[in-house]
Formats: sequence, C-alpha cells, structure tokens
Amino acid sequence: MSSVLFDAPGPKARARYRILGVVTALVIIAIVGFIVLRFAQSGQFDAKKWQLFTFPLVQQTIIQSVGATLSAFATAAVLSLVLGVFLAFGRLSDRKWISLPCYGFTELFRAIPLLILMMIFYYGLPPLGVQGITPFTAVVAGLVLYNGSVLAEVFRAGIESLPRGQSEAGYAIGLPKSAVMTNILLPQAVRSMLPVIISQLVVILKDTALGFIVTYNEILFQAKYFGSQAQYGSPIIPSAIIAGVLYVGMCLILAGIAKWLEGRMRRNVKVVKVTKSEIVAIEG
Amino acid sequence: MNTLLNNSDLFITGFRNTLILFFFAGIFALILGTIVATLRVSPIPAMRAAATLYINVVRNTPLTLVLFFFALGYPKLGLVEIDFMTAATVGLSLYTATYVAEAVRSGINTVPVGQAEAARAIGLPFTQTLTLVILPQAFRAVIPPMFSVFIALLKNTTVAAGFSVAEAGAIRSNLSERGEPAMAGLLWVALIFVLLVFILSFVQRKLEKKWKVAR
Repeated sequence: MSSVLFDAPGPKARARYRILGVVTALVIIAIVGFIVLRFAQSGQFDAKKWQLFTFPLVQQTIIQSVGATLSAFATAAVLSLVLGVFLAFGRLSDRKWISLPCYGFTELFRAIPLLILMMIFYYGLPPLGVQGITPFTAVVAGLVLYNGSVLAEVFRAGIESLPRGQSEAGYAIGLPKSAVMTNILLPQAVRSMLPVIISQLVVILKDTALGFIVTYNEILFQAKYFGSQAQYGSPIIPSAIIAGVLYVGMCLILAGIAKWLEGRMRRNVKVVKVTKSEIVAIEG
Repeated sequence: MNTLLNNSDLFITGFRNTLILFFFAGIFALILGTIVATLRVSPIPAMRAAATLYINVVRNTPLTLVLFFFALGYPKLGLVEIDFMTAATVGLSLYTATYVAEAVRSGINTVPVGQAEAARAIGLPFTQTLTLVILPQAFRAVIPPMFSVFIALLKNTTVAAGFSVAEAGAIRSNLSERGEPAMAGLLWVALIFVLLVFILSFVQRKLEKKWKVAR
C-alpha cells in the first residue's frame, strides 16, 4: 500500500526528497545530539557514575535480576498459554453454564489494570489470611490472569477463523468435540495466530517490569536500587540506560525467535491467512 | 461500601487524576501517533527509517521503564523542571503514540488501493493524497484497534501511581495509611476501572455503527 501513495519521483521530486531526507537526518541528529549533550553536561557519562557497574558483585546482581525477570516471564508465559487454551475451549463450549462464566472471566480480567491485579494479590490477600504470597507469585498470578484472558480471545479468534469444513470433517470421521478441538482446530489456530501469540508474549516480558512496583526483585527494581547509591553519584540515568538495553535486547531476541519459529512452522504448511487488521484489533 | 464512602475524597482525586492523565496523554498520543504513521509511509527513506526506529525501540521498552526515566531520571538532567503529573503525561504519550501509529498504519493498509491511485491520477501530491483521501477513510477502519489502544492507555495510567502521581493506582497506599483494609479499596478501584472500560467499549460500538465503512 505505502508504495501506491506516491508517484515514482521524477528528477525534481528526487532532488526535493534528497533535501528533505537530509533535513530529517539533521533534525534527528540534533535531537539525539541534544539529549547526549545534556547527559554529558549533567555528568551522566562521568566515570564516577558508571564505576558502580564495573564491580563483579554488581554485575552478578544484575545478571540475577535478569534471571528473576526471565523466570517470572517463563512461568507466566507457560501458565497463561495453558489458561488461554482452557478459557478459549470454555467459551466455545455448547453448554451455556460453561461458556458464560468463561466469557465473564475473560472480559473481567481484560478490563482490570494489571498493576491493580498484582496489588490485589500482593497487598490485598495477605491481610485476609492467605499465606505464602511472595512478590513472585503476585507478579506471576497477575500476568497469568490478564494474559490468559487475552490469549483466550486470540485462540478463539483463531479457531473461529478456520474454515467450517475442518470441524465438519472431524465430526464426519466420528471424533468427539474434544478431539476435534485439540487435534484438528487448535493446532491450525495456533499456527495462524502465531504472530499475535508471540507479540502477546513480548507484552508479558515487558509487563514483568510492573513487578518493580510490588517490590519484585527484577531488573528495574535493581536499577532503582543502584541508581540511588549516593556514594557513586546516584547513577539513576546510567542504570536506566542499562535496564533499557537489557529489555530492548530481550524483546528483540524474543521477536527474532518468533520470526524463526514462524518461518519453520509455515514451511510446506497451508496456513489460513489472518488479515493484518484482524490481528491489530485483537492485539491493541 | 464503607471503604468507598468514607474515603470518597481519595477515590475522587485518584480517578480525577487518572482521567486527566488519560485525556491529555490520549490526545497527544493520537496527534504524535498519526504523524509517526504518516512518516512511516512517506516517500523519504530517512523519515521512514526514523519512524520505524522510534516505534521498534519504544514498543520493546516496558512502560514502567519509560516512566522510570521521566520521573526519576529526567530531573537529574537539569532541564526545565516539570511535576510528576506532566512527566507521566509525556511518558504515556510517547509510549502510546507507537501503538496509535501501528493502528493508523494498519488502517491505511485497509483502504482500497484504487483510492490512492485515483488521488494520484487527479494530480494530488503525497501529503494531500494522505490527508484528504486516505486518512479520513483509514480512521473509520481503525476504530476498534484504536479503542483497544485507548483502553490499554486508561489501564496503563495506573503505572504512573508507582512514580508518585496521586491517581487511582495510588489509592491503596493512601488507604492503608488511614488503616482501611487493602482488599476492599483495591476491589473498588478494580470495579471502577471495569466500569470505565465498559463505557469506552460502549462508545466504541456506537462510533463503529455510526462510521461504518460502506463499500
């Protein structure tokens, strides 16, 4: 589409585009340059502010916090995929007393802010006598309830986008509904919805950072701790930069794995095309 | 019920700040996102690259980190001093704008190719093709994804509570200072959010019906 929005440039337009391109580049260089200059002038690049991060013990702590982020992500990802599948099956059930509660569940947990969910687990439950709530369980429980509900909608949309012939063929050879779902519809739905599922996994990875507010010992929590070390000049911006690089790196790696997996899964397999706008509508 | 009624002042200020954040961040994100989406489809490679880089970096950064930077890092830079509320608005706008941009771009893709071709055939340049022909049609098609983005923004405002903005997410800590049970307060906050999201989806359905693309 983007290429039909403008004509192939002639000599005049090419010259104009070149000038505009240079201007854009200059504006971006000016913005980035201003930020870097500001960082430098306010001493964010001073050796003193970065010294803290050269200590092996500090580096180990950062690696541990990456591990904490990743373990919360992995646990939440697996559990929310499972919950998503169950909720999707529940919503597609023929029995009203199963499908209605599942519908209510997904709608409810998609509407509550994730942070409030985590707070309900972390601050709300212990006074009521619930034992053993750690920041980890609060973070994972919140992530699972929210993302499980979102993924349920994704799976449901994937299953409903399949041609009817698929389930009809399944029933025709005598499979019960459960087998039609798990053996025929779900694998195809997962394949066609893979891009959306992966982008939801990236969302889970990003949302583990909310654990920072319920005192889960993850990357951002450590970043704030190191950033407030006054004897090293309170390096809050250096630690924010490190945290940013770690998060963007992890998300890009996840997206890269996703692309590779997609290429593999799509090889020689007919995949139902899900249009981009449908994907965006669910993603949002 | 008592928790809500006895502390209605907390709930009212909290949700008022939430709505203020939502409103301003929503407007800025809509404007910035549309501009970024325009840059992403522009004929100039440098503009496309800049917009793509911005979207990819910000979409892969947690909102918590963005707000972390604006609330805790920005004051150290010695620039114009801003309060936490403004900082949160800026952070939320910059973050949400990337999602708006992606939604608008997908909307641009749903407009039939013939529309752009017709616009070019009558001699419209790129900016007019986009602003007069494509975008008005694209905005109708993006109502559902755009509202998902705004619902996400409404829920994301709670993250600002972690950075000293007295909004709905901060009601809990204020309540616990008054010795109220945390659970009751949190459940009320959750319920009010469910209602707000319900209102937004109602508006979405109305607008969708009103601006349905007739093809």
